[in-house]
Amino acid sequence: MRAPTLLLLCLVAAALAAPALAPYPPDQLDLAHRREAPSSAHRFGTDDLGRDVLARVLYGARVSLAVGVLSAAVAGASGIAIGGIAGFAGGTLDAVLMRATDAMLAVPRLPLLMITASVLQPSVPLLVVLIGMAGWMETARGVRAEFRTLRARGFVEGARAAGAGRARLLVQHLLPNAAHAVVVSLTLAVARGILLESALSFFGVGVQPPQASWGNMLYQAQATLSTEPWLAVAPGLFILLTTVSVNLTGDRLARGDGGR
Amino acid sequence: MLRFLARRLLQAVPLLFVISGLVFLLIHAAPGGPLAIYLSNPNVRPEDIERLRRALGLDRPLWQQYWSWLAAFAGGDWGYSFSDGRPVAARIVERLPATLELVGVSIVVALALTVPTGILSAVRRGRWFDRLTTTAAMAGISLPAFWFGLVLQIVFAISLRWLPSSGRTTLGGGDFVDHVQHLLMPVTVLAVVQASGWSRYLRGSMIETLAQPFVLAARARGVPGRDVIVRHALRNAIGPVLAIVMVDAALLVSGAVVTESVFAWPGLGSLFTEALARRDYSVLMALLMLTSTAIVVFNIVADAAHALIDPRVVES
Repeated sequence: MRAPTLLLLCLVAAALAAPALAPYPPDQLDLAHRREAPSSAHRFGTDDLGRDVLARVLYGARVSLAVGVLSAAVAGASGIAIGGIAGFAGGTLDAVLMRATDAMLAVPRLPLLMITASVLQPSVPLLVVLIGMAGWMETARGVRAEFRTLRARGFVEGARAAGAGRARLLVQHLLPNAAHAVVVSLTLAVARGILLESALSFFGVGVQPPQASWGNMLYQAQATLSTEPWLAVAPGLFILLTTVSVNLTGDRLARGDGGR
Repeated sequence: MLRFLARRLLQAVPLLFVISGLVFLLIHAAPGGPLAIYLSNPNVRPEDIERLRRALGLDRPLWQQYWSWLAAFAGGDWGYSFSDGRPVAARIVERLPATLELVGVSIVVALALTVPTGILSAVRRGRWFDRLTTTAAMAGISLPAFWFGLVLQIVFAISLRWLPSSGRTTLGGGDFVDHVQHLLMPVTVLAVVQASGWSRYLRGSMIETLAQPFVLAARARGVPGRDVIVRHALRNAIGPVLAIVMVDAALLVSGAVVTESVFAWPGLGSLFTEALARRDYSVLMALLMLTSTAIVVFNIVADAAHALIDPRVVES
């Protein structure tokens, strides 16, 4: 196993073990020790309400990673469905679905999400759905392209000649062969989901305080950047570590040398 | 070429309809619709809202409302800002120069980073320069732009005090040096993020092109190495990259939302976040619609540019 995958697993493990690892509860106020620089009692310092930044980063990891992974799952499922139908059906349905994909690709993702989130004021689960719905287009295009080349290949025709029905053709023959393209676009969607969540929370329309997410910790840090710059360091570093390791893993998958 | 362009323009029409429909539905998904701003205002009575609703035609069927909105928008009537009552178009126009300045400089810097990096890392594939830039580009792609901005502010504005932390000019000041100092950090953020993506595309495109027979043929004919790379390979490889650059440029011009608001740069991106904070939907919708239209149009321009560089595009 390579370093990026290992790092990613460590981050996931840290998020899962947050209650055991965090030195303090994430919402515990300590007004006597507000805005303290990093020390041995508070490794990453404390914020404007005296909450421990390390604890909040660990609990924030749960939200950020969950939003990243689950929104990628939503994006992947809708992308496979839309791209699959377009590539399998062809004709008018294909044309309509692909125009819709083009249209979605032409609308800038972050501003669209910012407006939607400001309108709907989403809870975390709804946020997952929204980020997922803004990210299915790449997967849909990939799956469609894959299906169209596969349809022309001999083995699909062979299966059809042998009497395979539509469903069997889809599940047994087309999907497994498109799996590689899907997995690669999904890893990219995880990294993008994490970045989008952090950006939305940074602008105050994503995960709402007091629940900690890396993005809303940075939102709070920005206000006191000149006096307590350390508040901005840890959450951002964790975002960067996560997206780098996800992207590197995706890169390796794309090149096809797996975990080797 | 003309027929090619005409076809692309025709394809864009249904696209713009779908996009505008999406944007329109979004306004109406807001609780209270376009009048949402008044719902939370205790000075506006429910019967006033009802009267406004009728006066503004919000009681008509949705498709009628969509049609008149679209007609007005296409005619340049973008409505009035909810927060200060001025025309949306005026608010957008006054912010445009700042954004054009920031984005123009950033794109030039990003291209200056992209072209040499992309070429060198493709030519010296797998060597130390390639590995170094691949790592740097990976970090750049994964970097949350707003955090990068905050870190630059901590280092160069707060700790070292070398640069102003935000704004376009010092109040009352505004000579050339002051201008450049204000530009440095936001340009760095935008250029690094863009160049990271672009140089990867150029590298990939160059590697593919260099492997083609015509490159070998040019070498065999005795064309000097530098000419093979720049005149033969680059010309073929740059087309797809330019398309991406054009679309990203459209996205940036319509608001480098994150970077502008971190550095309080008074352009379209800051206008967007200000409007977001005040739920000024008429401004938000106009910006979103303009960005999407710009992306569609720039896509076509990119296709045309690609076709000019590489006439084979028109055939396919």
